[in-house]
Amino acid sequence: MSLDPAMVRRIAKLARIRLADDEVPRLQGELNAILGYVEQLAAVDVDGVAPLTGGAQMTMRMREDRVTDGGIPDHVLANAPDRIGDFFAVPKVVE
Amino acid sequence: MSYTIGGETGPWELVIGLEVHAQIISKSKLFSGAATEFGAEPNSQVSFIDAGFPGMLPVINRECVAQAVRTGLGLDARINLISRFDRKNYFYADLPQGYQISQYDQPIVGAGTVEIELESGETRSIGITRLHLEQDAGKSMHDQHASKSFVDLNRSGVALMEIVSEPDMRNPEEAGAYLRKLRTILRYLGTCDGNMDEGSMRADVNVSVRKPGEAFRTRCEVKNVNSIRFVMQAVETEARRQIEVWESGGVVEQETRLFDPARGVTRSMRSKEDAHDYRYFPEPDLLPLVLDETWVAALKNDLPELPDAKRARLVRDFGISAYESAIFVMERATADFFETVAKGRDAKLVANWMLGDFFAALNRTGRNIEDSPVSAKNLGALLDLISDATINGKIAKEVFEIMVETGDTPGAIIEARGLRQVTDTGAIDTAIDRVLAANADKVAEYKSGKEKLFGFFVGQVMKAMAGKGNPALVNEALKTKLG
Amino acid sequence: MTMLDLTIAEALDALAAKRISAVELTEAHIGAVEALNPRLNAFITTTPDIARDRAKAADAARAAGNAPALAGIPLAIKDLFCTEGVRTTAASKILAPFIPPYESTVTARLKAAGSVMLGKANLDEFAMGSSNITSGFGPVENPWQRADGAKLVPGGSSGGSASAVAARIALGATGTDTGGSIRQPASFCGIAGIKPTYGRCSRFGIVAFASSLDQAGSMARTVEDCAILLGAMSGFDEKDSTSADRPVPDFRAACARGVKGLRIGIPAEYRVDGMAPEIEKLWQSGIDWLKRAGADIIDVSLPHTQYGLPVYYIVAPAEASSNLARYDGVRFGARVDGEDLIDLYERTRAAGFGAEVKRRVMIGTYVLSAGYYDAYYLRAQKVRALILRDFTEAFAKIDALLTPTAPSAAFAIGEKMDDPVTMYLNDVFTVPASLAGVPAMSIPAGQDARGLPLGLQVIGRHFDEETVFAVSSAIERAAGFTALPGLRAGATP
Repeated sequence: MSLDPAMVRRIAKLARIRLADDEVPRLQGELNAILGYVEQLAAVDVDGVAPLTGGAQMTMRMREDRVTDGGIPDHVLANAPDRIGDFFAVPKVVE
Repeated sequence: MSYTIGGETGPWELVIGLEVHAQIISKSKLFSGAATEFGAEPNSQVSFIDAGFPGMLPVINRECVAQAVRTGLGLDARINLISRFDRKNYFYADLPQGYQISQYDQPIVGAGTVEIELESGETRSIGITRLHLEQDAGKSMHDQHASKSFVDLNRSGVALMEIVSEPDMRNPEEAGAYLRKLRTILRYLGTCDGNMDEGSMRADVNVSVRKPGEAFRTRCEVKNVNSIRFVMQAVETEARRQIEVWESGGVVEQETRLFDPARGVTRSMRSKEDAHDYRYFPEPDLLPLVLDETWVAALKNDLPELPDAKRARLVRDFGISAYESAIFVMERATADFFETVAKGRDAKLVANWMLGDFFAALNRTGRNIEDSPVSAKNLGALLDLISDATINGKIAKEVFEIMVETGDTPGAIIEARGLRQVTDTGAIDTAIDRVLAANADKVAEYKSGKEKLFGFFVGQVMKAMAGKGNPALVNEALKTKLG
Repeated sequence: MTMLDLTIAEALDALAAKRISAVELTEAHIGAVEALNPRLNAFITTTPDIARDRAKAADAARAAGNAPALAGIPLAIKDLFCTEGVRTTAASKILAPFIPPYESTVTARLKAAGSVMLGKANLDEFAMGSSNITSGFGPVENPWQRADGAKLVPGGSSGGSASAVAARIALGATGTDTGGSIRQPASFCGIAGIKPTYGRCSRFGIVAFASSLDQAGSMARTVEDCAILLGAMSGFDEKDSTSADRPVPDFRAACARGVKGLRIGIPAEYRVDGMAPEIEKLWQSGIDWLKRAGADIIDVSLPHTQYGLPVYYIVAPAEASSNLARYDGVRFGARVDGEDLIDLYERTRAAGFGAEVKRRVMIGTYVLSAGYYDAYYLRAQKVRALILRDFTEAFAKIDALLTPTAPSAAFAIGEKMDDPVTMYLNDVFTVPASLAGVPAMSIPAGQDARGLPLGLQVIGRHFDEETVFAVSSAIERAAGFTALPGLRAGATP
């Protein structure tokens, strides 16, 4: 599978990364090189193999339902690039 | 006969499935220790986890898992002892992590059913496909500023159950009945408050149409409908739109639409959908959720009586009609109220009073059964006063209205206002004598055969006694006196 | 020999015996950082004031007789660990203004243990790289030098940590390892470094790269020092669902265990085509050393080894593409304004992310997207299961594996940079242990023909870091690696 320029743009759009026109051919080459490299996995027989999804071979612990966090709006908002009142502000979204 | 919408080319059937997002009742969020209360100050119920800060990790809340299991059990569904979490990736201002943690192909609850009752008295079984756990997003406000949207993350990370039905409903009534029944079950279980205007229950409606006997045609999803009435309207509106598309030679395309209740139309959200490729993959910050069978059994053991069982029991134990019972069990509090009043009393009388004056009073005053001005105890006391002939039925209605207004006990009202029924035959005789004397002409007419006048005499006597005469005694004495 | 040449074990002894004070030790390191960091660029942010405060506190605690385990030990903290009130960048411009209002669990533990933070060490941007050239704050220089005078890379991603420890401007450092990010720079810089079992150190507060692979570990000049640091960093954390709830053994004690009777596996598949003869020779020396120390050497097969890298370069970018979605200019970090929200996202991320991060985010986005998930991501996770099975089967017969750490010594800035795949091959020996989640350590064991350090890697069973430390210590003793880098504190330039 090889990526064409339209696909490179589509992926960038999905990843929300603006690409300049001249970046597309370079990225196309690099991404295709990586995809070409990983292509060798097609040779592995994986019939009946369950995928390994996580790094830890354990089951999940659960926490008790207690309020232990929150109540820190100033800390939550301290790094905001645009804060208005106690809200994060972004350019107006039209739904 | 089955429900159809008539088009130019003949009748069309509707096929409806619902995806309901129900906010789980819990103190803290699904993956963080921040509080979940509705209506808090902006960003005051937000942890760094909920705000998607670097290095923050989710840890699951046991109670939210328990609530999902309880709901699954209440829907008579399979509980999956192993389930998994996945990330659903998309960018949005109120989705801080850039993904929603959800369950994609291994949900916590599998297939189940909900029984619905229709106005015709018929019941139908609606299949539940699955129920899964996921996080809610935050809230964007677009009307606070000329050029900016404001983001409040208080809701971000609150636990939701997405309950997906089979496409088993065939008309708007069934969709409405399903939602109502589901809400009743969730409220009984205490897993969701079902409050649609606060957004704690929202529905996505899948609608398609077909000619009778056909296979399914393409469906459209109408997103985020926030009342039962709107769901029923959205079904019909969307079905009519699709029929028009098909009949004009067009093809219905699978898409997400939005219901506009003000204009009574659905419109396409396709622009938004284009960019979406959710790239689900297993959430690597969480491990498989493995439930202990004995824990699930204990939850099952502790489940409250559910509406269907309660309805049958009320009929069996109290001898009320299935119809009356169905009304009482719609809300657990109503059924509890009925049971409290009916215990040791004439259940039929209790049912009549509740379905009549009592519900009317609630409606009129805009109150819920939980904060009813007339408590179960006071209503019971009022009915007792009728049974022991302290007051008659007519006075009881008067007393009841005063109870609604003041919240006082019926005993106090009767004493304070001297409404006790008169059973003193001497007083009754005196009143009758006075009435008969004042209406000698009518007495003569009665005696000459106009027996219809008996009611007139009863009325006059009761009036003379300010309504407090014991009706049976008045009748009896009148009959004697009139010969 | 100055205070800067002490090992952590020696420094703790000297502090305990009051031969030196924490303030003296810290001042010496602050001075060394000031002198050498402008050249090495090993720190993105230095924190001398915090270091002095903590050193004073350490001395006070020692005077009061309640000095914690690492009281007064100056460390470099990889700038991937969030530190409360101290800028944390992950070496990305997108986080340049970010000051966390919270502390990572690992650094909180190190702080509670009395250690002294000298500053935040440079790294590859978001830990994505094997050379430290992808840092948004400039490359790090390896303190080792080649005769041709070319500036060498320290390896990556924990390149700043490795460079600082090797150049003796920190006694030890924290690192994180996703596919070799502790072990490969340790090998390139002639120091020791361990990636413990996945789940041993909490990931809470560490900027995530690939969640199912990321693991914190320690870097220092000796195996024992790594054991001391790791002991303080490890342990169950209820804030990380993947953290292992099991006791932390005495890693330091394990260093002295010896290897008599241990079965050491030599995986045939690590003998890759075109392996440099000097690396092959060093590997053979390692085998001989362990044999002489009483270990049994057993040939084993890890048949899916060659698929480690392609699996890694699907799984890690996939997770990264999702983990990095939160850098959107809305709640923290840098923002580039836009006409609308999408425009803001795209400009912010285009300006904030460097080329390698963009490549990996895009690859990750692609392999997860509709229609490609099964062919790439799902298949990779299945092969990952086979890689884990290889290790599980091997560990039924052996106690630890011995391999080279990296296929080459440190290269010069500018070399191996023709295309991303060539650079990725650096991780060929380190990636399999990451995919399997098993502990692995690099020990400086020799030098190549140009005098540059080379490391050997010891891989152990899940949660058996003790055997890894025992075997690594045996190699360290036998190798007698004493060479010093040219650029180091106290050396005449």
